[in-house]
Amino acid sequence: MRFALRRVGFFVLTLWACVTLNFLLPRMMPGNPAIALLARFHGRLNPQSLKAIEIAFGVNTHQGLWSQYVGYLHDLLTGNFGTSITFFPQSVSSVIRAAIPYTLGLVGITTILAFVLGTFIGIVGAWRRGGFLDSLLPPLFVVTSAIPYFWVGMLMILVFGLQLRWFPYTFSYDPTLNPGFNGTFITSAIEHAILPAVAILITSIGAWILTMRNTMITTLAEDYVKMARAKGLPGRRIMIDYAARNAILPNLSGFAMSIGFIVSGAVLVEYVFNYNGVGYLLVQALNSEDYPLMQALFLLITMAVLIAILLADVVTAIFDPRTRAAR
Amino acid sequence: MAIITGTAGQAGPGGGATEPAGEAAGLAFGRILRAITSNRKAFAGFVLLGIFALMAIFPWAIARDNPSAEIYARSAGPSSAHLLGTTYYGQDIFSQAIWGTRETLIIAVVSGALSTVLSVIMGLAAGYLGGLPDAVLNFITDVLLVIPTLPLLIIIVAYLPHAGITILIAVLVVTGYSYGARQLRAQTLSVRSKDFLEAARVRGERSLYVIVVEIIPSMTSLIVATFLGTAVYNVLASAGLQFLGIGNPNSISWGTMLYWAENNEALQTNQYLWAIVPGVLIGLLGAAFTLVNYAFDEISNPALARVPLARDTRHFNPITTLRRISANRAS
Repeated sequence: MRFALRRVGFFVLTLWACVTLNFLLPRMMPGNPAIALLARFHGRLNPQSLKAIEIAFGVNTHQGLWSQYVGYLHDLLTGNFGTSITFFPQSVSSVIRAAIPYTLGLVGITTILAFVLGTFIGIVGAWRRGGFLDSLLPPLFVVTSAIPYFWVGMLMILVFGLQLRWFPYTFSYDPTLNPGFNGTFITSAIEHAILPAVAILITSIGAWILTMRNTMITTLAEDYVKMARAKGLPGRRIMIDYAARNAILPNLSGFAMSIGFIVSGAVLVEYVFNYNGVGYLLVQALNSEDYPLMQALFLLITMAVLIAILLADVVTAIFDPRTRAAR
Repeated sequence: MAIITGTAGQAGPGGGATEPAGEAAGLAFGRILRAITSNRKAFAGFVLLGIFALMAIFPWAIARDNPSAEIYARSAGPSSAHLLGTTYYGQDIFSQAIWGTRETLIIAVVSGALSTVLSVIMGLAAGYLGGLPDAVLNFITDVLLVIPTLPLLIIIVAYLPHAGITILIAVLVVTGYSYGARQLRAQTLSVRSKDFLEAARVRGERSLYVIVVEIIPSMTSLIVATFLGTAVYNVLASAGLQFLGIGNPNSISWGTMLYWAENNEALQTNQYLWAIVPGVLIGLLGAAFTLVNYAFDEISNPALARVPLARDTRHFNPITTLRRISANRAS
């Protein structure tokens, strides 16, 4: 119980820290950028939106910092994130809502795939230690972990998009189609997701493989595995039920945490492919100085990670009773 | 307080170095040198790093052309005059790649070193002092650890348009120190009750003396590993940020080369080398740091040296996995 309270306490405090950071950043920075922004948009936005921006960034207001803060918190709690400047006059929430499914689809599925494939390869690699798989992968990982995701994406565009013309390489669906639940649209969306998905998969799978492999190697040296061998159990059963089952814990909690990073997406991969998910939206907001959109995205991304960490704690507590006893 | 349960305890033993009490720093460096020369991977890493260092210090000796001068034929292919061709603006790509080493390496090394210093201060202070200071420092570190780095960097830099290299480094330091601080704190906790520290305290030494003279030398290899890890991370993160046009896009670095290549649709217009060369160099520099890190892994965890196949134990810790995920996402 105390354990649970501490977790929740951390969650609430971190969330508060992020919210407050969001509030303070524009007010602390030299030469409040919102003033420049307002000057740029004067006459293009209606007075009501201008007022909203002024309030959001503490410009032209005679309120004290504290009452601004209270107003800001109130807006957040009521889900009022203001109006997007890039996509004016759409509200920030509706812009984000449109982008989320694409990111969840692309990064979500690749995260699950990378976890499942990586874990499996890691199990087999450790089981046949020194074998083909096992001698090939670690050096390969040294290379892939040092290559930027987005650059792999650029190479995929070059080879499979421009040269071979196998897959489309820009946008998240054929822009001539109307988004909807029909065969043509879904096929188009899947085709557009393949190249970015492969780019993410190539660069992220190594971490899963190595974690699983290294934990598994330690587990294989445990007495209960020797016992299982002594009993003459079939190899596959020892590999899966004895060793892998115990070795999967670090990967499992790593997976729970990486769920949180699905929402923030692979910002630069989405940017390279013009894939209109949350990450690309963040870059667009950055380039057009759309501060309301940026702030809301940042909060959303942080929330997702915090929730995932809570989830990781729960997963670990369920699968590993020692954590419960230790604290 | 640890953010991720069950893994926190492993951060110490898994992550690193419990060297014999009071071991002299000189001895540690001797071991480091031996590890480098005896380990092929580490040696390769050092040679690569050496080449990059030469490129950064003496670029004029390798590439005569002014990297920013827009005076050559536009978008030319490779030739004897321009080994890697020219950009859309008529700049020499080979020259840009060589001169770009300097800024990229400065960002990696300076921000890596500064974040390591911050990690040591925060981690050791938290671990050694305990109580309320620990709770406060550790909370700050944990918050920075869980906030996704690239979005945080974007948010901060968005409010600082025209940010130069100094701001870029400052932001990388603030957002990048947390992982190392966490490991060093765990390590400090595990040595805190060791006899050699007890002896120092009984002698009546001040806390600062104990930390600087007794604890820090016992953690040399972990600190070096922290530096190398952060440097790789910062190479990737800064390349990603510069690729987005953050910082000064008119400076010469591999990240800004990629920015201009992307903005001029280099891939779509058959100027492949413009986009490929800086990416390969970023990968090589990252790989060089990673390879050197192998040597320190073996020093900080002698058990691994005997079992070369199980080298990368740092992956035991899911936080490492998390960091790898976010590090790569950052790129």
